[in-house]
Amino acid sequence: MGRYILKRILISLATLLVLVTVVFALVRLMPGDPFSSEKMTPQVRQNLERYYGFDKPVLEQYLTYMGRLVRGDLGYSMKYANVTVNEIIAKAFPYSADLGLRALAIAVSVGLTLGVVSALNRKKPIDAVCVVVAIIGTSIPDFIMGYVLQYFFGIRWGLLPIAQYKGFAYTILPSVGLGFYTLALVSRLMRSSMLEVVQQDYVKTARAKGASRFRIVRKHMIRNAILPIVTVLGPITASVLTGTFVIESIFAIPGMGKFYVSSVQSLDYTLVLGMTVFFGAFLVTANLIVDVLYGIVDPRIRVARG
Amino acid sequence: MPEAILDVQDLSYSFRTYGGEVQAVRGVSFEVMPGEVVGIVGESGCGKSVTAQCALRLNPEPPGFRRGGRMLYKGEDVFAKGERELRRMRGAEIGFVFQDPMTYLNPTMRVGAQVEEVFAGRPGVSRREARSRADEMLALVGISDVARRREQYPHELSGGMKQRVMIAMALVGRPSLIIADEPTTSLDVTIEAQILELLDDLRRKLGTAIVLITHDLGVIAKMCDRVYVMYGGKVVESGGAEDIFYRTAHPYTAGLLGSVARLETDCDEELKAIEGTPPDLFSPPPGCPFAARCDYAMRVCRESPAPEYRLEGGHRVSCWLRHEYAEPVELPARCAPEAAV
Repeated sequence: MGRYILKRILISLATLLVLVTVVFALVRLMPGDPFSSEKMTPQVRQNLERYYGFDKPVLEQYLTYMGRLVRGDLGYSMKYANVTVNEIIAKAFPYSADLGLRALAIAVSVGLTLGVVSALNRKKPIDAVCVVVAIIGTSIPDFIMGYVLQYFFGIRWGLLPIAQYKGFAYTILPSVGLGFYTLALVSRLMRSSMLEVVQQDYVKTARAKGASRFRIVRKHMIRNAILPIVTVLGPITASVLTGTFVIESIFAIPGMGKFYVSSVQSLDYTLVLGMTVFFGAFLVTANLIVDVLYGIVDPRIRVARG
Repeated sequence: MPEAILDVQDLSYSFRTYGGEVQAVRGVSFEVMPGEVVGIVGESGCGKSVTAQCALRLNPEPPGFRRGGRMLYKGEDVFAKGERELRRMRGAEIGFVFQDPMTYLNPTMRVGAQVEEVFAGRPGVSRREARSRADEMLALVGISDVARRREQYPHELSGGMKQRVMIAMALVGRPSLIIADEPTTSLDVTIEAQILELLDDLRRKLGTAIVLITHDLGVIAKMCDRVYVMYGGKVVESGGAEDIFYRTAHPYTAGLLGSVARLETDCDEELKAIEGTPPDLFSPPPGCPFAARCDYAMRVCRESPAPEYRLEGGHRVSCWLRHEYAEPVELPARCAPEAAV
């Protein structure tokens, strides 16, 4: 297990290296540069370029950047005066992370429950309800879901605040809006996974042993049905994270989304790179955790990797 | 004569499917005495597993349902029992050994826990007691180093080892009856011999009756006191193992015996397969189910079901050839499979 994790960490680092390199090249290939949009004299422009090292060969810039990156220094933003990328992330990420985690928690817990309930009550009314929820969730994009929630819960019924992020009540609508798609996805997956497990031979064995229905569901069915869900947790985390950009702007939450989008628009090289690296590292770690988790849930994998 | 543990009378069991009703079992009768080994033989789809699973009501219901007849366990009709009573029977009164230990063991549960589970929710058995009884049984079925093995997962055990775990699971609740549904089909021959020996040994030690379901006549010859031959959802011939092997009365049984490969030189005819396919259970033929494949079939065989004829010593056969107007025929004489009675 230890060796396996080490191997995965090395692979993750290589992934990140490729990511940084490609993004580094890509932002520089985009037409224009961070200063082209602003009015300035050629002299000022030259000074700025020298200050940020743009007068040097690209390879040298790359190496300098990588050298700093290794020390955890993401450099100064080129658009926000006198602020480092590290500072921006440190300020904005807690909001995004909080929102993302809440959304994930809702999506996974409610999604799994719905999936199990609907599979166990197959072809009964409650199953139909769950399936409809799943279809709605997967077919409505999160920016529409966000507005719909705001309209009904905020404006129509006046139950919950519709913007900003200043306490528990503020978190509810955005996390539901963000998590709904994932919730639907998880419930659909869990439902079909459960329906498959119901027919497994070991479930019959458990019945032949006189186990109670509750015990069969808990010990034999859910544990096995959950395996495919664990596999998609990685990609799910990714989709929830990218979803935060949209939801943050709908609910006026000061998270990372705003900075990310504007940094690309204004070609703020260091900020684009810094955020990408940060998100990349985050996702790679999430996937790593999921893989380790998978080994814990499914003993067969643990041994195979030994 | 002591009372039968399992007494099946004219049992019919069907499944409702989109294509119509599948009549898997059509009027089967048999009985199992305490401590006895009864074999049920027949090819795939003849209804033997469905019949066996009725004893614990393990067939999925719906779509399955009892069409008629009774199945009495210790004098009580299992079809009259509620879920709670059935649960009390499962594992404690009747233990079930399934065919394929690869798929019938839960891959994500330690084998020790799977054996212990028989006691889960049973009043009067503490966790510690469940544990020690499970360990005891695992040792009894021949698993060495129980302390280590019990903590392992099924994929860490060999096929034969897994089947031993299955048997331990079936036996640990000290049932009066074990139903083994093709317990050795997925194992290789040497392991098969060990497993059969184990079953026989345990029966002698614990006095458990065994119903052995198989399509392997060699297994039957080795193990069984009495044999029921099933075909197309019916019992076509029954009797002591010697009757079945040496005084074969039904053409289907003769066909089965003829299709067994063996090593002796004195039986050097070529291996014979039974031509044709088993009957369609959506619309079973009105007469004898085997008529369409039978070399000796007469018109009456296709038109009405054969009555049961009683031969000497409890040997019974459902075949029109026994009728007084039928022309006597000589069924091909075959010697019993190797390691025979």
